[in-house]
Amino acid sequence: MKKKSILESSVLYTILAILIGFLIGAIFLAIAGISPATAYGKLFSSIFGKPKYLVWTLIYASPVIFTGLSVAFSFRTGVFNIGAEGQYIVGALTATVLGILVDVPAIIHVPLCIIGAAAAGCCWSLIVGIMKVKRGIHEVLSFIMFNWIAFYLSNYVVNTKIIHKEGGGEASKDVLASARILFPESIRKVLDCNSANWGFILAVIIAVIMYIIIEKTTLGYRLKAVGFNRNAAEYAGINADASILTALGISGALAGLGGAVQILGMGGRLAQLASQEGFGFEGITVALIGGSNPLGCIFAGIFYGAMKYGGSKLTMIKAPAEVVNIIMGCVIIFIAISSVFRELFLKLAPKKDGKEGK
Amino acid sequence: MSSQSHMDENSVVIQMKDIVKKFGDFTANDHINLTVHKGEVHAILGENGAGKSTLMNVLYGLYRPTSGQIFINGQETHLNSPKHAIEMGIGMVHQHFMLIQPFTVTDNIILGVEPTKGLVVDEKLARSKVLELSERYGMSVDPDAKIQDISVGMQQRVEILKVLYRGAQVLILDEPTASLTPQEIDELMEIIRNLTADGKSVILITHKLKEIKACSDYCTIIRQGKYIQTVKVADVSENDLAAMMVGRDVSFKVDKKDQEPGDVVLEVKDLHAKDYRGVEILKGLNLNVRAGEIVGLAGVDGNGQTELVEILTGLKKAESGEVHMHGKDIFNKTPSEIFNAGLSSIPADRQKHGLVLDFSVEDNLIVQHFEEAPYSLKGMLDRKAIRDHATDLIDHFDVRPRGSELRPAGTLSGGNQQKVIIAREVTNDKELLIAVNPTRGLDVGAIEFVHKYIVEQRNKGRAVLLVSFELDEIMSLSDRIDVIFDGQITGEVPGKNADEKELGFMMAGGKKE
Repeated sequence: MKKKSILESSVLYTILAILIGFLIGAIFLAIAGISPATAYGKLFSSIFGKPKYLVWTLIYASPVIFTGLSVAFSFRTGVFNIGAEGQYIVGALTATVLGILVDVPAIIHVPLCIIGAAAAGCCWSLIVGIMKVKRGIHEVLSFIMFNWIAFYLSNYVVNTKIIHKEGGGEASKDVLASARILFPESIRKVLDCNSANWGFILAVIIAVIMYIIIEKTTLGYRLKAVGFNRNAAEYAGINADASILTALGISGALAGLGGAVQILGMGGRLAQLASQEGFGFEGITVALIGGSNPLGCIFAGIFYGAMKYGGSKLTMIKAPAEVVNIIMGCVIIFIAISSVFRELFLKLAPKKDGKEGK
Repeated sequence: MSSQSHMDENSVVIQMKDIVKKFGDFTANDHINLTVHKGEVHAILGENGAGKSTLMNVLYGLYRPTSGQIFINGQETHLNSPKHAIEMGIGMVHQHFMLIQPFTVTDNIILGVEPTKGLVVDEKLARSKVLELSERYGMSVDPDAKIQDISVGMQQRVEILKVLYRGAQVLILDEPTASLTPQEIDELMEIIRNLTADGKSVILITHKLKEIKACSDYCTIIRQGKYIQTVKVADVSENDLAAMMVGRDVSFKVDKKDQEPGDVVLEVKDLHAKDYRGVEILKGLNLNVRAGEIVGLAGVDGNGQTELVEILTGLKKAESGEVHMHGKDIFNKTPSEIFNAGLSSIPADRQKHGLVLDFSVEDNLIVQHFEEAPYSLKGMLDRKAIRDHATDLIDHFDVRPRGSELRPAGTLSGGNQQKVIIAREVTNDKELLIAVNPTRGLDVGAIEFVHKYIVEQRNKGRAVLLVSFELDEIMSLSDRIDVIFDGQITGEVPGKNADEKELGFMMAGGKKE
């Protein structure tokens, strides 16, 4: 078999895209009159400066790893879950409501909130799936509408009497301590981070499970077969509609988990949303950077988490935090057109390629 | 036939010299030579992937050769686009027609080179020019008919007229008979003769040796990208041509012992169905296939065979009727129910229905069985069992290249993709095999192979329904031939000693006396 040349590896082009993203971000910073060196220096020192910054990076990464997994799973199975945002919101909402209203010991409360959130995300996605399968309504359209339905539903529930915090501003009550997934206090003290939680570890476990499902199981085989070629799969006797629903259900559950982790881990309560927070859409970015591979999503999620956390510190040197969005946008564009670079490099290095061929 | 002046060097219109075309590491054309004279029909013969299309695309200006020279009328020419090739008098009729369906015949022919009067198209002049051309070469077309309303044969004539209208002196015809009826093929041969009599040259790309014998003067054989030789067609037999093409002797005779068919396996009664436009396409069709026999379904495309196969395989719902397999009702069931009832099939569209192109070959080979032992256990795939299974089948069915277990199926050539499907379908021990155009686009060697396995299925006592537009294939394989016309079976003849003319007559709607 042909040995893969390093020039064909997609990791190389992902890293290249990230570098180009930073380069273009630097140009914009320079135009805005801010020294790119200062800004990037601040960005990196805010991520790597202290161990606790790294912990914060992982806290920021946890929810986007989940939404990334959600979108990546949908890409691999031939559907496009652009509704991870809405599924994330209903997941967060469910975790909040269960976390406030149900009073049981932690050993029951935590799984209840997490599973409830996953189930909510799953159902939210399945409604769209059923409309697609039964009535042929394109999922992208209904997903986007369901994102807004989730958004307003969440704000409505947050403002109901039993959920809303009296005199506490625009947010829900705090979820009960028994529902939180924070690390024990001693560990949090060592890490010097009060919000350190199990979210990232859960995300890694789920990512590994998703990898196994996609690559090693008959379930993954079936979903991929339908995703790649629905006609041939049906012809071979696979029930395509059921497979599409399964894929969408799993994808929705993953996004719902992202919402749960954010509430039970970092937030502790659900704020009234002024606009969509974007965790679901960030999931698309994470899935693309991660090459739609669940394990890739872990690294892509950490990268995104780092950029979000580091970016939030940029205002301290009067640089706009939006520069992070510009960088991420450029990264995506260059990953999308990375095949052009691949062709270019393979052409520029024909001799080397010729030797490695065969 | 028409090339008495072959030795006259002045009559050379096309000369391709030492043409090499590489795609990366792969050499598609390896020093190929081709010389075409004025008024000659020159066939290019080669297996799938031998490099015929690449060579023609070089001549048509779509590809630039890596090295080598092209002389047109004695002058070295560097063709850089099809437009350039057309200007140099080279025209190409592609296998898949490139016509605009709602436009008229005239509109299609003049498209891009319309005669104008002031700012508007001179429809009258265009129409008369088209008529003049079609009369000169004996090609009957209705200049005012829309493409969507005319037959495949007439569409092809429109394509040829399009090329002639642009002043072509050399016509490249790529697999021109692939979808024609026997009568239409005869008409095409006549047109080719008229063209060469008028001094045009024709380059014919085909797998069909009979047609080469029938109308070509010279034949250039290409094998695995390499030039083998150019022969005078009159001096060689079909068997010689086939042997030169594949590099070994090929048997055309399908080895089929006599055998008594068994019980009825597939029974179709009074089947009615509509096509996608809602027009009734099957009008009370009756058909049965017994164990141990091959029933060939002969018919011109569009008479309901596509819909029949879709209904039998569960892809389409019928309006009314009965379909039984071994007594089990499979009328309007889902593909998986029908599959489980005992159907395997070689679908017409191998890339749409036969394979998941992005899946590896080994994954494609288990697509119906991935949930069964030994390929999976408790929901986990057993990669080793899947790999071993694939290695076995790749070996046994000669899928090339060897060791392609992990290659995506889409990277194999058409013939090898078909081998993967056949390997899967004939090893799954089903009672009924439906094969639709199983050798479409395959070369002689691969056809021989496919036919061998279809007959083997019959000999093992399975029922086989063969649907094919290739009359030769139907005649050489079938025990019985049913003719489908206008949504019904209009006649049946025994496969042995079936007469091509009689079948062609019946396929066109004629009643058997």
